[in-house]
Amino acid sequence: MKSHQILHPTMSRRGLLAGAGMGGLALMSSPAWAQDTVDFHVPGGPSIRPISTAYPEKGRMIVQRTSPPWLETPFEVFDKGTFTPNDQHYVSWHWADFPTQFDLQKYRLTVRGQVNRTLSLSLNDLLHGLPRFEIAAVSQCTGNGRPSMQPRVAGAQWYKGAMSNALWTGVRLKDVLDRAGVKADATMVRFAGVEDAILPGAPKFMKSITVDHARDGEVMIAFGMNGQQLPLLNGFPVKLIIPGWVATYWIKMLNDIEVLNHPDDNYWTTTGYRIPNVPHGNVKPGDKNYQMVPITTNRPRSFITNINDGDTMPIGAPATVRGIAFGGDCGVARVDLSLDGGKTWRATQLGKDEGKYGFRRWTTQVTLAARGAQTLMVRCTNTSGEAQPDFPIWNPGGYMYNTIETTHVVAA
Amino acid sequence: MLRSLLSTAIICGTVLVSGPSFAASLDQLKSPNVDLPTSDTMFPDGPGADEINGSCLACHSADHILNQPLLTREAWQEVVNKMIKAYKAPIDPASAAKIVDYLARTKGKS
Repeated sequence: MKSHQILHPTMSRRGLLAGAGMGGLALMSSPAWAQDTVDFHVPGGPSIRPISTAYPEKGRMIVQRTSPPWLETPFEVFDKGTFTPNDQHYVSWHWADFPTQFDLQKYRLTVRGQVNRTLSLSLNDLLHGLPRFEIAAVSQCTGNGRPSMQPRVAGAQWYKGAMSNALWTGVRLKDVLDRAGVKADATMVRFAGVEDAILPGAPKFMKSITVDHARDGEVMIAFGMNGQQLPLLNGFPVKLIIPGWVATYWIKMLNDIEVLNHPDDNYWTTTGYRIPNVPHGNVKPGDKNYQMVPITTNRPRSFITNINDGDTMPIGAPATVRGIAFGGDCGVARVDLSLDGGKTWRATQLGKDEGKYGFRRWTTQVTLAARGAQTLMVRCTNTSGEAQPDFPIWNPGGYMYNTIETTHVVAA
Repeated sequence: MLRSLLSTAIICGTVLVSGPSFAASLDQLKSPNVDLPTSDTMFPDGPGADEINGSCLACHSADHILNQPLLTREAWQEVVNKMIKAYKAPIDPASAAKIVDYLARTKGKS
């Protein structure tokens, strides 16, 4: 097969040139470098980011942080299809200490704790020793859309592209846990990967879910992603997949599963990744009168993918508007479009359902009647009846933004 | 000024990739062997630059901070506190104060 991992030679040379010149301003203004940046046009801080092809097994990616990598999927990718190509699936790491190659003969996934039999599973055990399972699911960072929150919040400044959909192939976590035999008093299952903290005493990244959730037959351990092995930066060789839940839980380079008979008291559950326990996680800056709870599920979102902010659209002629949506922890029931600032909504046509946790294509025709500035708004309602909110969401962590998106166009 | 530094953020490493040549059936996996890009971008000169360069780049590249929005001094103080308390950054109180001053001055919001 063709290798999609080969560096684009021109791009890498540009990267070297840009990096070599410490007088970066001149390079920034050169046409060569300008092609390789994106401007999010978000007020309140630097809105330009470089685009790079320098990362292994990755194509064009927006660099939010060089190391450890935070690589955002360029938004135009989402117009091409409902499954995100592996080489443009977004990348997010907590710590920089993870391997860049593996001795796969020695790789083991341990299942331990409150089980009847401790397991040490080889990759061969996972690939050939258990029933296979496949599911489509969107991986989305908890902070996807953080720059849209006002006032701005510290953290990874993912614009909209810290989300990607893939068909995951692997084995059910339930089958693995059943092989180990979960003890009757077990309550939680905690997951960790090979990734380590850099500094002594810093908390290793771990997340946990309930035993019942872990055994629901959908939570899985994936070694395949759209029919290929996972790119290293997406968690090769195996990654935990929790369909419908935020990707914070989707532990990369998974090598440790610990069954607990007590609440998980690790930092990433007790302190990190927590959101106000109020509707939409939405509070006012300065408010303190709420409880914090761990983030859990995705929430409905929808995007226009073929029209960008600032585009010109024809007057009096039909134009296609299309995009993607996902329901969060359930399917997409409907996607509606508004041309009048949200006063009235019209249904769009949904594309093929390729799995309730995946992206769903939607499409419609619009004819703009009046000249001048217009807005297109798109709203997903999921199969549980939850619709995207029409008000701005804010919380201290910058988590779970899913306000209705508005695209500003000019009819001419 | 900060933006100009972004152009230096990506220093391409040599990338060696032995990608899957067969993996469509997922009968076996083959380990990649890759080099990851690194950054030698430093923070712009000024009071506290030595402290922020010396204290913050062990765990993450400078673009982590340079790409942050403008924040209030209180918000920067919280960020630095979190790095010390939660993530065990070995920063003494005097250096931490200089780092907060640096961030409030270069990426501050009233």
